[in-house]
Amino acid sequence: MIKLGVVGLGKMGLSHLAMIKAHPDVQVEAVVDSSGYILDVLGKYTGLATFTDYETMLGSVPLDAVLIATPTRFHGPMVRAALERGLHVFCEKPLCLTSQESQQLAALAAEKGLVTQVGYHNRFVGAFREVKELLDAGAIGRVTHILAEAYGPVVLKSKGTTWRSQRTEGGGCLYDYAAHPVDLLSWYVGAPIGVGGTILGSVFSENTEDEVFSTLYYDNNVSAQLSVNWSDESYRKMTTQITITGTAGRIHADRQEIQVHLGGAAPTIQGYEKGWNVRYTTELTENVWFYLRGEEYSAQLDHFVKSIENADLDGINSFASAAVTDRVLELLTIDAEAGPATRDAEAVVAAAAPAPRRGLLRRR
Amino acid sequence: MSENATLTETSAGATHMDRLLFGDNQFFGVNHMSEEKARAQAMRFQNLDAVMAVLDTAYDEGITTFMCTTHERIAEVAGRVRSNPARYPDFRFYPCMPYAHKYADAVTEYGMLGAIRRFLPDEGMMNAMLRGGSSIAKKDAEGLITLLVDAEMAAFRGLSTPVIWLQNVVVDLLLGLGFTDAFVIFAQHIKKRYNAEPGFITMNLPLLLDALEKAGIENPLVCSNINKIGFRMSGGIDGYAEALAGRTFRAVAMSVFASGAIPAREAIEWISEQPNIQSIVFGASSQANIRSTKQLVDEFSGSRPKRER
Repeated sequence: MIKLGVVGLGKMGLSHLAMIKAHPDVQVEAVVDSSGYILDVLGKYTGLATFTDYETMLGSVPLDAVLIATPTRFHGPMVRAALERGLHVFCEKPLCLTSQESQQLAALAAEKGLVTQVGYHNRFVGAFREVKELLDAGAIGRVTHILAEAYGPVVLKSKGTTWRSQRTEGGGCLYDYAAHPVDLLSWYVGAPIGVGGTILGSVFSENTEDEVFSTLYYDNNVSAQLSVNWSDESYRKMTTQITITGTAGRIHADRQEIQVHLGGAAPTIQGYEKGWNVRYTTELTENVWFYLRGEEYSAQLDHFVKSIENADLDGINSFASAAVTDRVLELLTIDAEAGPATRDAEAVVAAAAPAPRRGLLRRR
Repeated sequence: MSENATLTETSAGATHMDRLLFGDNQFFGVNHMSEEKARAQAMRFQNLDAVMAVLDTAYDEGITTFMCTTHERIAEVAGRVRSNPARYPDFRFYPCMPYAHKYADAVTEYGMLGAIRRFLPDEGMMNAMLRGGSSIAKKDAEGLITLLVDAEMAAFRGLSTPVIWLQNVVVDLLLGLGFTDAFVIFAQHIKKRYNAEPGFITMNLPLLLDALEKAGIENPLVCSNINKIGFRMSGGIDGYAEALAGRTFRAVAMSVFASGAIPAREAIEWISEQPNIQSIVFGASSQANIRSTKQLVDEFSGSRPKRER
């Protein structure tokens, strides 16, 4: 039985707690949150041991592992404290606000022989796993381009009151939303050699971005484009899509289905035929021990549990893999500051001319 | 098949439920197979008249129970039915609450407590609870749940709501947390305040039955995915089969077609062979599909197995 503590009881933390508490191999020994109200209700009605202070909990409850779902800026110190005590760590995405810190934590965990995992649940979605298997099998030949998209209706007006509306705390569309398609890109084609033309645009938010667009460059002439907007009311909920073009075919996938076109040059892939192939979530998804909000959320926690049981330090979504994604998020932030790489000479002249009222009307 | 054949015998004192209930996923762009299809449906049902036309078709086919979320657009449907009692004398709503996305989005925007505060009819009460600190908070978890239920039920005032469901995201969250007292609070409030039968929707049928039994909720009404291919049946299809054969509860089957993965005739034939299925809830957008589903259910209902108790 794995003794586990859950830290941070916001939207993700509460749902993780519900799933992991139902896991037959896990005993939840403690929960930590800064809000006394949530803790009081849980303590009274579920009998869980509750703490408002993380260090106090670590010092007084014997644990094997922690699950951290606090705002991103707290991840670094909390993860480090757990690793130093010899605990396995599951941490919500993104891992840290700097890739350097993520790499240090990955190194510390490796040195201590501890299991680490970050909550990039899309790697446990049946359709996205199928994409990975098809790419590994060379189903569409040499990949030339990937379009990675995510859209949803999270921020639909200017005033937000939580940490998610503050870039300094790890809020914003880049770290909260774009991290998911960026991580899928890392999974499918690895780390980019560079990025360009990045736009971190505001639709409504005052202190962070609501849209992310960029071009990513990879070895072997592979490119990707990223298109993400969390202020799109036309979507009922978050929708992540991947479209991959190769020399022998094309793959389009979202959480529900995968559409694959295999051209004449494609190799033989079992279960697929030349031309169009469509496979749905109903056939790509395996049942989980407990379902709350999508099999992938349960499956990733089960993977963490099994990795601990099997002492597998190189599982899916390890800190080392998440550090690659954190580095891309960092590159995108740096690139966005640079603005257009190629400017129209006349536009530069026009921009230099006085435009006194513009600054009052439009702030970026 | 006579009209009465669509009514099932239930245990003494329990609500009579139709064999076939009409669901609402198709109206809100929910499709578990394809986001393209989901969007096409969202476009088609943007106009309330299009929703009412499909509901009218179902009603005229004899499917008079609408099992629906508490999505804000359902309030408009409720308004239409309320204002035209002559057209809808037998129309029954089975509200399923809460519509989880509006809460989830609000939590992202306002935080956990901010979101709860927004959905309470009386903000002053929540503020007083928070200011009062933990001792008052403990006492009023019950008050909070009942207030949220009342806020969700406001849209159905004056309409027939003989069964009121707690949605699966909330049921399964509470189930996982082990907060089973909340099921009792919900059930008691539904009975007392609305003179209705409480129901529970879940994706984890065997586990939920254990929890409801421990909580002392007898012969509960439980809705979950039940289909031939075991799609989204956590605990496995065998666990569900054992529950249907041996546990004391009334099952409502949803996702019997597994989002279209099972041909309609095969799906209905299979579900009709399972014991203890009180009702089937399905969604459809065309008269042809509504009618053929009704005909299939009527055809196979005659041979439904009776379970030994």
